Amino acid sequence: MGNKGKKINPRNFEPGQLKIIILILPLVIFMGMPIIFIINHAFKPMVELFAFPPTFFVKDPTLENFSKLVKFSNSSGIPLSRYIFNSLIVTVVTVGLALLLTTLSAFALAKIKFKGRNLLTQINQIAIMFVSTAVLIPRYLVICNLHLINNVLAHILPLVAMPVALFLVKQFVEQIPDSLLEAAYMDGASDLDIYLKVIIPMIRPAVATAAILVFQQVWTNMETSNYFFSDDSMKTLTFYMNTLVNANNTVAGQGMAAAASLIMFLPNLILFVILQNKVMNTMANSGIK
Amino acid sequence: MDVQVNSAQAPAPAKKKKNRISRRENNWHGWLFIGPYALIFAIFILIPVALAAILSFTNFNAIEFPRAVGFLNYINLLTNDAEFMKYVLPNTVVYAVIVGIGGYILSFVLAWALCNLTKPVRTVFALILYSPSMTTGVAMTVLWKVIFSGDQSGLLNSWLMELGIITEPVMWLTDTRFLLPIVIVIGLWSSMGIGFLSMIAGILNTDASLYEAASIDGISNRFQEMIYITIPQMKPQMLFAAVMAIVGAFQNGTITSLLVGNPSPGYASQLLVNHIEDYGFLRYEMGYAAAVSVVLLLIVQLFSKGANVLLTDKDPYGKKGVSEDGEQGEEN
Repeated sequence: MGNKGKKINPRNFEPGQLKIIILILPLVIFMGMPIIFIINHAFKPMVELFAFPPTFFVKDPTLENFSKLVKFSNSSGIPLSRYIFNSLIVTVVTVGLALLLTTLSAFALAKIKFKGRNLLTQINQIAIMFVSTAVLIPRYLVICNLHLINNVLAHILPLVAMPVALFLVKQFVEQIPDSLLEAAYMDGASDLDIYLKVIIPMIRPAVATAAILVFQQVWTNMETSNYFFSDDSMKTLTFYMNTLVNANNTVAGQGMAAAASLIMFLPNLILFVILQNKVMNTMANSGIK
Repeated sequence: MDVQVNSAQAPAPAKKKKNRISRRENNWHGWLFIGPYALIFAIFILIPVALAAILSFTNFNAIEFPRAVGFLNYINLLTNDAEFMKYVLPNTVVYAVIVGIGGYILSFVLAWALCNLTKPVRTVFALILYSPSMTTGVAMTVLWKVIFSGDQSGLLNSWLMELGIITEPVMWLTDTRFLLPIVIVIGLWSSMGIGFLSMIAGILNTDASLYEAASIDGISNRFQEMIYITIPQMKPQMLFAAVMAIVGAFQNGTITSLLVGNPSPGYASQLLVNHIEDYGFLRYEMGYAAAVSVVLLLIVQLFSKGANVLLTDKDPYGKKGVSEDGEQGEEN
């Protein structure tokens, strides 16, 4: 970002910027409001959930909703910890596997010359526009034929190949100067050495971005639980949270559901806040040419 | 030629390299590296798409073996499916235009506005605008249920009554007049995703010296600057964001089924994705559902092609997707 223009990306605050802030502030507030509300709602005690007229902000925050959430799941046969365990395993394995396969392929597509590379690049580019919900049925048939129904792999494998993530990482790898790789090749490095010692250390921002994208997909995914699993104890937290929202359409259930929503949403937010600099760094190379 | 700031120097070294290590012309290790990804990609993306295409020409109820019916499903879709023509198609078009195109323009304008602010302010605003896109699917169902609740305890009803705009509570989630607008608002709310981030990065990377040159050359206002200086420099990012907007506009639909069920009351907010779910998993007419899926995938491709034509420079060598970086193009 070697750009310190007078207008774009200004270094200091100027009165002119106030105009822009005032113009977009209402929209920013509108966009932020639902999330502020859900955070407040999750901490409301019963009295405030029932309050009439309904309140926006919490006055007397409590963890009541969270403890009820735990109790409720214990009464339903499968403890909450089981769902949390499933979700953690599925998320960690999927993100890890996706990052490994994505960076390996990004290296191949960007820096290794082999027959079929152009074709693969084009196919992946087209697949960015892939709408996964559209092929739920054939995917189900594939999973059936591989005998993966109720197998934890059915949570993981469908989400490992994420064309957008590969595209972004590949764009990033392309920025690494060839001269650097060549020097390493001259020193006798193998392709694997180059991948491990040159590529990986240099593409950390892109890896972080891919991690966020895959995480967002996996953590809130419900399709796999809904369609590929009949055994409830194998389903994920998202699925459980959703049954909770649907089964308890009462005011008391709302508090629990809000707490559940917060649990689903916060990891996303925290991860993004931590990694946002790296994400912006990666997005600079996101252009499709 | 598209200029992407960081890669502006890339083509030159690539050509030099070719002469020096031409023995690496066809390195089969490439397949080793991409193999595992390619395998999973093939099993869970390519094969399902191919299967959808094949099933779309059959009558398949998930129990008996599919029976070939030729183009019957497609013919039925166009001539016989009253719900599709009357509700699903118009809804999808309206939704795609407002959330896709509207959301795209909105995210550009917001990205541009944010880039005129200092970094701390920009970061906070970007975070607030981006965070709704992380809430896809289930996470926020309860939120909308509380806000749009049909009795007096609903947040929106309570506010509107206090302001005196309405006198009695509106049944937001059952009244067919409001369903589509509600789904559209939620769609717009969550449309500032990675396309939006890409645009911010694109604008930040535009060449500062060009702005100075332009002001000397007589560009007088910020709008002209945006049209003539900023956008031409960030077309690749604009295209990426456009593709993301198109995909987003056609794949959202979960929120409808979660909020009001599938099919939605009076099909008022039924989108293409919901129609597929309806036929595939509720009526078990999977051949027909597959035909709708194929249509959906084709529409997305078509629109992306359109965006590609609009946002790619008319340079004959620049139109080959990503293969512009010299070294790749030479292989053909």
